[in-house]
Amino acid sequence: MPDIRVSRTRAMARVLPLLLAGLAAVTAACLAGAYPATPSEVAVVVGRLLGLSLPAPADATVTAVVIDLRLMRALLAYGVGAALAVAGAVFQGVLRNPLADPFTLGVSGGAAFGAALSLSLGLAASLGTSLATPGLALLGGGATLAAVLALSRLAGGLRRETVVLSGIVAATFLSALLSLVKALNEESVAGIVFWIMGGFQGKGRAELALFAPCLAAGLAAIWLFVRELDILLLGETQARQLGVAAGRARLVLLTAASLLTAAAVAVSGVIGFVGLIAPHACRRLYGGEHGTLLLQSALLGGALLVASDVLARTILPGGAELPVGVVTALCGGPFFCFLLLTGRNGARP
Amino acid sequence: MIRCRGLCSGYHGRPVLDGIDLDVAPGEMVGVLGPNGAGKTTLLLTLSGVLSPAGGTVVLNGRNIASMTDKERARTVAAVPQRSGSAGELTVRSLVLMGRYPYLSFLGGYGPSDAAAAAAAMAAVGVADLADRRLGELSGGEFQRALTARALAQESDVLLLDEASASLDIARKMELYTLLAARNAAGTTIVAALHDINLAALACRRLVFLKNGRIEADGPTAAVFTQPTLSRIYETDIIVIPHPRTGTPQALAVPGPGLGAVPV
Repeated sequence: MPDIRVSRTRAMARVLPLLLAGLAAVTAACLAGAYPATPSEVAVVVGRLLGLSLPAPADATVTAVVIDLRLMRALLAYGVGAALAVAGAVFQGVLRNPLADPFTLGVSGGAAFGAALSLSLGLAASLGTSLATPGLALLGGGATLAAVLALSRLAGGLRRETVVLSGIVAATFLSALLSLVKALNEESVAGIVFWIMGGFQGKGRAELALFAPCLAAGLAAIWLFVRELDILLLGETQARQLGVAAGRARLVLLTAASLLTAAAVAVSGVIGFVGLIAPHACRRLYGGEHGTLLLQSALLGGALLVASDVLARTILPGGAELPVGVVTALCGGPFFCFLLLTGRNGARP
Repeated sequence: MIRCRGLCSGYHGRPVLDGIDLDVAPGEMVGVLGPNGAGKTTLLLTLSGVLSPAGGTVVLNGRNIASMTDKERARTVAAVPQRSGSAGELTVRSLVLMGRYPYLSFLGGYGPSDAAAAAAAMAAVGVADLADRRLGELSGGEFQRALTARALAQESDVLLLDEASASLDIARKMELYTLLAARNAAGTTIVAALHDINLAALACRRLVFLKNGRIEADGPTAAVFTQPTLSRIYETDIIVIPHPRTGTPQALAVPGPGLGAVPV
C-alpha cells in the first residue's frame, strides 16, 4: 500500500530541477551586464555576502555592481515571479477558472492608479522617499481588493461569478480614473506608462524591503488554507459537506493572493503571463494538489521572471532595456497557445 | 438519528420543502423518491448542512444541526454527490483523503491514520488500483466510486446519497448498493435519493415519497410501493409486479399510445 508520505517525497524530488533552474537564473543575472565581472569575482563577492571570510576583490566597484545592482534586482524579480505564480494558482483554484490570473480582481488597476496618482503629484520628491510610489500603489491595490470583496459580498456572498464580475467593474472604473489622471497631467504620462509597463530597472534593496514582508505574510496565509484550496476545487456544496467553512477559506485565500499581487505590482508594475503560465505548466507536469503545486509554481515563476529580466536587460545592444513584461508576454504567448492546443492534463474531451 | 420537525428549506427565498416531519432511526436504510422537483436534493442538502433550514429544525444524533460546527457536522453526516466537475488534475487518493478533512486540526495535515482510513475506503469500493490516477482520466462509474470511497473515509454515522447511481450501468448500480447494504448492516444509517424506483425497492426497507415539497407517503417498502400510490405520485399509470427471484415489488410504466408497439 503506497503511503501518502512516499508520494510527497516523490513530489518534493520534482522540486529540485526547479530550484536549480532558479539558481542558474540568479547566477546568470549576477554575471550578465555591461560592467565586466568574472565568475570568480562574482563567487567571491557573493561568498563574502554570505559571511565567508574571503579577501575583497581588487576592484571595489565589482561588489557594488554585483550585489546592489544585479543580485538585489534578481532576488526582487525572483520574489515577484514567485508571488505572481502563487497568486495565479490560488485565483485559478478558488474561482475554478483556468483563465483567472493575479489581475482578475482588478487589484493591479488599483495599484496602477495609486502609482499614477503619486507620479502625477510628484510625491516621491515632496515626501523625499523613492518608496512613495510603490507605497501608494500597495495602498491602491489593498483598497481595490476591499471594495471588490465588499461589492461581491453584497451582491451574493463571494460566489465566484460575483467576485469575477465585481473585479471587472473595479478594473473598468479604475482604468477610467487612470485615463483621467493622465489627461489632467500630461507631463507625467510617459512616467505613468513606463511604470505600468513593468520592470525591474533601477529596482533593488529598497523595493525588496517593502516587498518581502508582504510576500511572507501572503504565502503564510495561503499555506494555512492549502488543504481547503484543494477541496474548494470541487465547489461550494462538496466543500461544505466535507466540513470546510467555505466562505472564510475563500475570503482568506483571495485576500492573501491579492496582497501578493498588489505588492508585486507596487514594486515592479504590471507583469503579465507569469501568473498564468507557471501554475498551468506545473499542473500539467506534476498534478493539481496545491500542497505541491504552489511550491512548484513559486519556484518556476521565480526562475522564469529572473531569466526574463536577464533577457530584458541584455538583449538590446547599447545598454537599453526592454520592459520585462514584453519578454514574458513574447515567450508566454506561444507557450500558452501550446498549452491550449494540447488540451488539459488528462481531461476527457 | 435524524429528526426533522416542520422543516422548510429552499434557495434564496424560493421555498422548496414545506413542513417535512421525518424520523430516521439509527441503522435504517431509507430511499427518498419522488418526481423531478419534488425536493429530494433540497432535503439531502439541508440534512448535510449545505442549506440552512428556513423554518423548523433538523436534529442529528440529538444535536440541532444549527449548533454544530462545520467539522462536527461532517463527522456525523457524509454525502455522496451526484457527480463532480473540474478538479481533473487531482488524484483519486487526494480526493478520498479529503474525507478525512473533518478530523484535521486547524494546522494539522493528513497523517498516517488518515492515509490508512483512505486506503481502507478505496479498497472497500474497489478503487485501490486507481489511487494514483487523475480524476480527469476516470470513467463516470470510476469517479462515482471514488466519491463513494471519500464518503466512507469520513467514517460518519449517516451516509447521504443524491442520485449516486445515476451515471452507473445496471451492474455497477447493483455493486454500489450491495456495498451500501453491507455498510448499513454494519450500523451506518443511509438515506438515498433515487430516480430508479425499482432499485430503491430492492435496496431499501423503507421508502419516503416526496412531492411538491411535502411527504406524500412514508412506510415499509411493501406497504407504500403499490400501484395506487405510485400512479398517484408520478401521475401516470404504473403497474406493480413481484420480482421473479426475490418477490420484491417492481414497477412498470404503462406505455402511452404509440409506445410499446414493437412486436414481440
